[in-house]
Amino acid sequence: MDSDDDFMSAVSSEDDILPDDSDNDDLSGAEDFDFDDEPDPDLGMSKDIGRKRVAYDISFKVYQPADIQKQQDDLINEVNMILDISKEEAAILLRHFRWNKERLIEDYMDAPPQVLEAAGLAQEPTSLPRLEVKPGFVCDICCEEGPGLASFAIKCGHRYCVDCYRHYLSQKIKEEGEAARIQCPSDGCDLIVDARSLDLLVNPELKERYHELLNRTYVEDKDTLKWCPAPDCQNAIECGVKKKDLDKVVPTVSCLCAHRFCFGCILSDHQPAPCELVKKWLKKCADDSETANWISANTKECPKCNSTIEKNGGCNHMTCRKCKHEFCWMCMGLWSEHGTSWYSCNRFEEKSGTEARDAQAKSRVSLERYLHYYNRYANHEQSARLDKDIYTKTEKKMVQLQKESGMSWIEVQYLNSASQALQTCRQTLMWTYAFAFYLARNNLTEIFEDNQKDLEMAVEGLSEMFEKPVTELADPKLKVEIMDKTSYCNKRRIILLDDTAQNLADGRWTFNVELTGSAPTSGGPSNRR
Amino acid sequence: MASQKRIAKELADCTTHAPAGMSIALATDSDVHKWHVTLDGPAESIYSGGKFGLVVTLPPEYPFKAPVVTFATRIYHPNVTNDNVGSICLGLLKAENWKPASKLLSVLQAVRLLLVEPQPDDPLESRIADEYRRDRAEFDKNARAYVQRYAKGPVKFDGTNVGADAGAAGGSGKRSTG
Repeated sequence: MDSDDDFMSAVSSEDDILPDDSDNDDLSGAEDFDFDDEPDPDLGMSKDIGRKRVAYDISFKVYQPADIQKQQDDLINEVNMILDISKEEAAILLRHFRWNKERLIEDYMDAPPQVLEAAGLAQEPTSLPRLEVKPGFVCDICCEEGPGLASFAIKCGHRYCVDCYRHYLSQKIKEEGEAARIQCPSDGCDLIVDARSLDLLVNPELKERYHELLNRTYVEDKDTLKWCPAPDCQNAIECGVKKKDLDKVVPTVSCLCAHRFCFGCILSDHQPAPCELVKKWLKKCADDSETANWISANTKECPKCNSTIEKNGGCNHMTCRKCKHEFCWMCMGLWSEHGTSWYSCNRFEEKSGTEARDAQAKSRVSLERYLHYYNRYANHEQSARLDKDIYTKTEKKMVQLQKESGMSWIEVQYLNSASQALQTCRQTLMWTYAFAFYLARNNLTEIFEDNQKDLEMAVEGLSEMFEKPVTELADPKLKVEIMDKTSYCNKRRIILLDDTAQNLADGRWTFNVELTGSAPTSGGPSNRR
Repeated sequence: MASQKRIAKELADCTTHAPAGMSIALATDSDVHKWHVTLDGPAESIYSGGKFGLVVTLPPEYPFKAPVVTFATRIYHPNVTNDNVGSICLGLLKAENWKPASKLLSVLQAVRLLLVEPQPDDPLESRIADEYRRDRAEFDKNARAYVQRYAKGPVKFDGTNVGADAGAAGGSGKRSTG
């Protein structure tokens, strides 16, 4: 256990990484992120891969809605002052430049008219847009006219009645989900309706939606920002890991809402497997899982062309529909060698039959191999799905313990820690099987499988203790055992992830599939470079 | 309703000042949301001599939503589906480009312009677009054959002169994705 000891001493000074008994990995993980409000877009991440405290750890920041708003406001104020344009115009310019302030200022200094035009802004400073009643006005959209018909125009002067303007804006916002690029309703006019004009026209509900959409474009425009995908979570995460690094690192981040996910592909935490393998694996499972089991149980392959054949009745004389090869279902040998002994195959020792069965066995091996990994993956996935139950049960147990044994709240927290550790470790275990499926056999793989086995045994052990009845859980001896086991599980997980991430960063894994280097975007096929 | 007034005005504009080579009428007098347009193949185009039926359907939300324009007459063109639906690819009509102040008159003029200048870079029929770019003589021949076969005689809007088989009129007619 030399390597383990080395590892422990290397990180032992950082007690937030190796949680002590009552400390929980997840919570302690969240503590070492910097939550101050100061915007700091340059994380310089990619340079640091591999030189972290532990190899799988990456730095990131969580931003709450107010932070996101503040970042935008700060940028807008800055541009507003530097370029001497209104805040609304600064916002439109920034959005046009995808919030790249430096490029905006540079381009604007070069050629203000072109930049303004491209961004959809008026060049002539005119009076602020407001609702007006103009005599003789006819709305070009609804063709209504009449005294007292209020109308509105942005700086281009294309004037329409208030009802039409409102209708237009609400359709853009509500139905098309558009906010940053709503243009003047006039045919061929690409002036952008600014936030101030919009606020003048629409009702508060629509206004709120509009600003929500604007915030969304801010996060979506920046490559270093991503929304937390957890339902109802409004936070965004900033992380500097680039798409091209995804074959070297599995950038797992954890939101304030406790959801842990991969910054690369937005799926739930899938350490240690890199995004591209995860995509491949999920696709394979979606195609294969149930079918593969059935195929394994009910079919054989044609000895000649390897087509999968189901025997759904009739005699043992099989004719492959694809290649017309005739063979015996029982011994897989050539039918022609069966002579007249039809319907009863007793020729097990014949050469052609033996060869055919060997080939059959080989093609089965790949299927069996997949099923081996899939079943273990699915098992841990299922256990992970029961997390919610476990968690609610834990809470009940903790309350019960507090009542029955007179322990304080803080004294029963070890159950919470154990439950968290179980969930996290099972999630990791699940993906170790998907990862292992794609690993070529070599020494590294064996070390990986040892680590996997250690973690799995630790997890199953903890799982067993955890399910004891409350009366036994109150036993101080068991409490210490659970705390020890929890800590051990967390340590085993860190060791496994650290080892895997380190090898990934150094490019030492050998996979039995081709990795393209740039990970696929969600949904799409893998990219070629 | 506001849109009725607008449509009535546009219809009046289009019928009194109909653009060259076009005649416009309602499909049925009771419904202002469906227009039948007869378009003469522009003299400067390969479609010259043909008469094409266009169906303009105005959605209930018009003018806030774009109208839908389809060819009722079969036409051999990179930007019109080579089937009996006759969908048109026109940038102006896409939801993100449509403006409530856009007028049907300009839509119809855009369709006419599409016959003069096909847009092979934005095709609905990529095979025809390829042919248009690579072998103009063959494209012209096929397009003329379609005009002869489908676009002569009185225009029908009920789908009876759109033909059933795609290949008969000279083009190999195999639809590619658009």
